[in-house]
Amino acid sequence: MAKTFKKPEALSDAHTHYCPGCTHGVIHRLVAEAIDELGLRDMTVGIAPVGCAVLAYNYFTCDFQEAAHGRAPAMATGIKRVRPDLIVFTYQGDGDLASIGMGEIIHAANRGEKFTAIFVNNAVYGMTGGQMAPTTMPGQRTTTSPAGRDILDTGMPIRMAELLSTLKTPSYIARQAVLRPKYITKAKKAIKKAFQYQMENRCFTFVEVVSTCPTNWGMSPLESLEWAEKTLLPYYPLGEFKTPEQEEQDAA
Amino acid sequence: MGKKILMKGNEAIGEAAIRAGCLNYFAYPITPQSEVAEYLVKRMPEVGGVFVQGESEVAVGYMIFGASGAGARVFTTSSSPGVSLMSEAISYIAGAQCPAVFVNIIRGGPGLGGILPSQGDYFQATKGGGHGDYHMLVMAPASVQEAVEMVMLAFPLAEKYRNPVMILGDGLIGQMMEPVEFPDDLRTEPTNKDSWATSGMKSRGSTERNLVKSLYLDPTQLNDHNLNLKAKYDQMKAEEVRYEPYNTDGDYKILIVSFGTMSRVCRTAIDFLKEEGIEVGMIRPQTVFPFPDAPIRDAAVKESCKAVISIEMNMGQMVEDVERCLKGQRPVHWYGKCGGDVPTPEEIMEVIKERL
Repeated sequence: MAKTFKKPEALSDAHTHYCPGCTHGVIHRLVAEAIDELGLRDMTVGIAPVGCAVLAYNYFTCDFQEAAHGRAPAMATGIKRVRPDLIVFTYQGDGDLASIGMGEIIHAANRGEKFTAIFVNNAVYGMTGGQMAPTTMPGQRTTTSPAGRDILDTGMPIRMAELLSTLKTPSYIARQAVLRPKYITKAKKAIKKAFQYQMENRCFTFVEVVSTCPTNWGMSPLESLEWAEKTLLPYYPLGEFKTPEQEEQDAA
Repeated sequence: MGKKILMKGNEAIGEAAIRAGCLNYFAYPITPQSEVAEYLVKRMPEVGGVFVQGESEVAVGYMIFGASGAGARVFTTSSSPGVSLMSEAISYIAGAQCPAVFVNIIRGGPGLGGILPSQGDYFQATKGGGHGDYHMLVMAPASVQEAVEMVMLAFPLAEKYRNPVMILGDGLIGQMMEPVEFPDDLRTEPTNKDSWATSGMKSRGSTERNLVKSLYLDPTQLNDHNLNLKAKYDQMKAEEVRYEPYNTDGDYKILIVSFGTMSRVCRTAIDFLKEEGIEVGMIRPQTVFPFPDAPIRDAAVKESCKAVISIEMNMGQMVEDVERCLKGQRPVHWYGKCGGDVPTPEEIMEVIKERL
């Protein structure tokens, strides 16, 4: 009998270090499937962040570079500018991309750097043990907002997809989720689209993926999925914020 | 050798990189070296090269890291506050063993300091700057011609050691115009980087992926990694020391140690003193890491030599290396100024006479 479901070639056999119920594994798989389906593995360079996905390079089988905290978009810029023939993607969390790396992501996006950024938003710092992130929801308890995020003191959560959509240059900005199979299908589609646009030599592509962190949220995996759907999705709406097709239509 | 042309130091540095075969430049503007970017934004397109103005020196450091990791010959130029910002990336680049060339046209510090020439970044360049156990190979030019040659040498050296190399100039080297020639024989082909660079498996015809990283969570592995790095720095100390002696044949009473722009003023002071019948020798480190320990020691312990003076455009940084290599065999003094007011030959002559 033929195998109908197998591990993507772009994923390694390594056991991940992710916590039970963490959705990084799902997102890794979606990226790997997109790379496989587009036949890009032997010409792709991934960039690992600092955060929970710091060891992502152990789980993918393409070339990889490991960045300092927040600097993946600058490294991707360096790689893509000297090797425009390569496919380059960054894989970053919310502390990495929306806090310490805010400058790098905005300017890479605005210059229209031709790489793909995969942004995993789970509203908390994971690896360092559950501190408040720029994406943490109002009232959400974290180790550095023990009484819940006080927006009078820390402002409102940053919506990266919307923020980057205000820029003229990026070609594709989307937000999807991995909270249920119906969302996962759409997330896969968005990620694959982003890589396809990069293959077409289009400017900056960005997919935000609303994710969970059962460990640092102090919830079971199932409760996390439900909480994310109920709390995160109303504030972080899913969909495509910017597409080349829309852009062309608007121009016409 | 090509023909001699009159060029500003900063522009000559940009041209030297191209002549050395480096066609990738990422930078952020900062006085007193912005002319490098202004020059290369025109030149790079002519040679099919890459020019990117980054959003900050922090970002530029990582553009350099990414590009180098992907196998490209790459360089940047900056000045002191900018180099502080790049120092994080330099630590990562050294840790990940990638070749890259950084030019620091030093201005006065600390903080915003000033925009005039200084040698106040000697510690930063030679002792780290960023975190962790690493060194750059650091060359300090004393003329525009030497800056050109050092930039051209820097690329093969960076690749030989898979380590960042720094050209440590100062505002005068960047801003003054001098006649220069670009030696054709210093043009080198980039080395083959297939064994480690993330150049894409297809491009290098391999089924093995490459990984560029500085993370070693296992303590034994991290220790071994640092021992490997140390072995490279030890090899630099054995093979890459460069220095220039001046007036060290006679019986000098004082030995000066001075580098870069400052050493040129010292040279004039030595010539003037010679006319007065006073012999003074000088060792000019051309590499400040690795430091010319043995040549300085040998010159200092000469019987006629009573004392050593380290003369620097800072508050006394290299003097610590001079003391270290002399191990108390001769008294070591320091004279220096910072802020951009470069000491005059007459001033240096007075300093020397006080120690006779």
